Amino acid sequence: MQNQMTGRLRKAPENFVRGDGVATVFAEAKAGRRSFIRSAFAAAAAGAAATSALAQGGQNVPNVGEGDPNILEMPAHTKGLGQPVAAEGYGKPSKYEANVQRRQSPGLTQTRQASVSFAPLQSLFGIVTPSGLHFERHHQGWWDIDPSKHRLMINGLVKSAKVFTMDELMRLPAVSRFHFIECGANTGMEWGNVAVPTVQYTHGMISCSEFTGVPLITLLEMAGADLKKGKFILAEGADGSSMTRTIPMELITSGEVIVAYGQNGEMLRPEQGYPLRLVVPGVQGVSWVKYLRRIEVGDMPYATKDEAVHYIDLMPDGQHRQYTSIQECKSVVTTPSGGQMLLDKGFYNITGLAWSGRGKVKRVDVSVDGGRNWRTARLEGPVLAKCLTRFNIDWVWDGKPAIIQSRAMDETGYVQPTYQQNRAVRGSRSIYHNNSIQSWALREDGEVVNVQLA
Amino acid sequence: MKAMKTAALLLSGLCVSGAFAQGAAEKYTGVGRNATPKEVQAWDIDVRPDFKGLPMGSGSVEKGQDVWEAKCASCHGVFGESNEVFSPLIGGTTKDDIKTGNVARLKDASFPGRTTFMKVSTISTVWDYIHRAMPWNAPKSLSPDEVYAVTAYMLNLADVVPQDFTLSDKNIAEVQAKMPNRNGMTTAHAMWPGNEFTKNAKPDTRAVACMSNCGPQPQVRSKLPDHASNNHGNLADQNRPVGAQHGMQTDTKPVAPADKTPAKSAAGSVPTALLEKNACIACHGMEQKIVGPGFGEIAKKYAGQVDYLTGKIKNGGAGVWGNIPMPPQPGLSDDEAKSIAQWLAGAAK
Repeated sequence: MQNQMTGRLRKAPENFVRGDGVATVFAEAKAGRRSFIRSAFAAAAAGAAATSALAQGGQNVPNVGEGDPNILEMPAHTKGLGQPVAAEGYGKPSKYEANVQRRQSPGLTQTRQASVSFAPLQSLFGIVTPSGLHFERHHQGWWDIDPSKHRLMINGLVKSAKVFTMDELMRLPAVSRFHFIECGANTGMEWGNVAVPTVQYTHGMISCSEFTGVPLITLLEMAGADLKKGKFILAEGADGSSMTRTIPMELITSGEVIVAYGQNGEMLRPEQGYPLRLVVPGVQGVSWVKYLRRIEVGDMPYATKDEAVHYIDLMPDGQHRQYTSIQECKSVVTTPSGGQMLLDKGFYNITGLAWSGRGKVKRVDVSVDGGRNWRTARLEGPVLAKCLTRFNIDWVWDGKPAIIQSRAMDETGYVQPTYQQNRAVRGSRSIYHNNSIQSWALREDGEVVNVQLA
Repeated sequence: MKAMKTAALLLSGLCVSGAFAQGAAEKYTGVGRNATPKEVQAWDIDVRPDFKGLPMGSGSVEKGQDVWEAKCASCHGVFGESNEVFSPLIGGTTKDDIKTGNVARLKDASFPGRTTFMKVSTISTVWDYIHRAMPWNAPKSLSPDEVYAVTAYMLNLADVVPQDFTLSDKNIAEVQAKMPNRNGMTTAHAMWPGNEFTKNAKPDTRAVACMSNCGPQPQVRSKLPDHASNNHGNLADQNRPVGAQHGMQTDTKPVAPADKTPAKSAAGSVPTALLEKNACIACHGMEQKIVGPGFGEIAKKYAGQVDYLTGKIKNGGAGVWGNIPMPPQPGLSDDEAKSIAQWLAGAAK
């Protein structure tokens, strides 16, 4: 649809034609009834004007005539009495934000108890994921556990096995740190080819929060852990799956690993392991054991189901890489991204997220020509280790097709690889740990689609 | 002599305590307590590849088949081959793999599936996981002997042990030495965050950040086919309605006229929350068969039979709709079972 006033590309607000209307028009077009098509579009255009003024807030109305009715006519919220304080004791988002939801990918799993929901990265700002939009991964369904009955046990190579209540854990000196958590399978559906339409489904198994809790090393020291023989710990959850995962002692003695109860200023959400979870910065989400009930100190890795059957990476020579845990440097442009559309030519802020499991993001470059030429983006603060980093870069779209990409580099000098570079080493059957450069193709009509390049 | 011995003892005592971290317990007085042996025993259920933690016990292939058919087959198929609810467990391995310890088909990119037994290299892993997490809807309900038996049955399906085999804590290490993919794992990579496996391993890609005139002219190799644009629902509804970019309208299907949609009474409405909470919809479609029959089919066959259906939902059953049994649902209260039964008996609309 062309904007009559400016002569530039300008899409109508979505939903201006009902689905049944579109289908009828297509059917009539097939039958060659041109007069019908003309009248159908005229009706649709009239409907669009009405829709714009009412539902769309009028921001896309090109010709305002005497003035925008949203300015000239005082709305109810300017002339009436609003809601009182504490009408919502624990607040929730505006009803106009109902499209911003975590979602399942249809057909990915047969049951919703052993499944995943994806965070809507296309709609988030900054680096923090709202707790209610944090991606979910459950192995045997989630629980809302009574915190007064929850216990944490430390056993194995320790002087004396210990038990802690939540009351006791929350008495200990706490730390709060921002970290990303990414599922090892994030972007896994795209190893072979394009499989899903939007950044929510390609990259939405990542979230970032401020986590609060006690460094695990404090608890191990309280139990008198043998830090010399005890090279590994096993973390175990209290849900049906009693999720277990081996973690190297080196990460724990560094003080990075936290036994966390807080997330973004509130207690953990039940879907995130309330009342207690492990935080293992830089390492794939499966190690961040939820509903944490036990830490065992041991002298060898445990080969638990999720490190011996899943989260293993199949190489072309038939060998599986086991205990692959670090989430390597990766980035993605979130706006514009797949399934979105630009309404007009002109100025845009390309923005996205970058992260590295090995430390801080050092630099992010952005290309709008499919990787031929790159410009370095602005890193917005804060830039923290093993945390999401927001990047922005100015761009004026000239209305021509473009392929938008981002490429991150971390403080170790590691550069995010292309699909070709990753596949050259790992083939395309890995499932896990896909950190390849993402491409979004912008078409002349303003629509953005997920593509992979040759 | 005696003095030397004392000194040696003292020294060894120092060494032992030196290896343990000190001080924290005294510093945080009153926080935490010692676990009792019974508490540790109740929770310390993990089994390592060296079989530390494995309880004594045994179970035969034959007994395993009985347990399997009652509690496992509904999700995993009678022969562990089902792909209906979870990925297949058995298949894709050969007698030759058992000799070499490498599953040959893992090298074949055209071989479609990867079953658990194609991947797993340690039987301890299988034993541990069944014991802690299976059956899926009633984890930790199997006795150690039942876990031995089910593990033996799976090993027999994978041709690792014969039909008359009894697996026990005594012979499990010998069985582990015959796992088809026991040599199929490597820790030679840079993605373990410790130094225990491969010291100083370098990342496997070494990309360079070229800035201009890089690489070939871009050509699209893969994109979603047009007919799949709506597979994830209407993308317009998955984006904020305001902002620099909006969502694409991908739903172009005709909307059914309102008067043709039958109104559902509150009493007869689908108990969606209950069905989802109890994972009924993993095995039953609304109309079509998935693992078990569709709800519509059940409703037709047992119209009005609330009590019969309540019993079947609670206690499970077998043989009516084929050879895959429905497992008992111990997590479901009587009221919940009855309310699903009422819905089914009333035509399941």
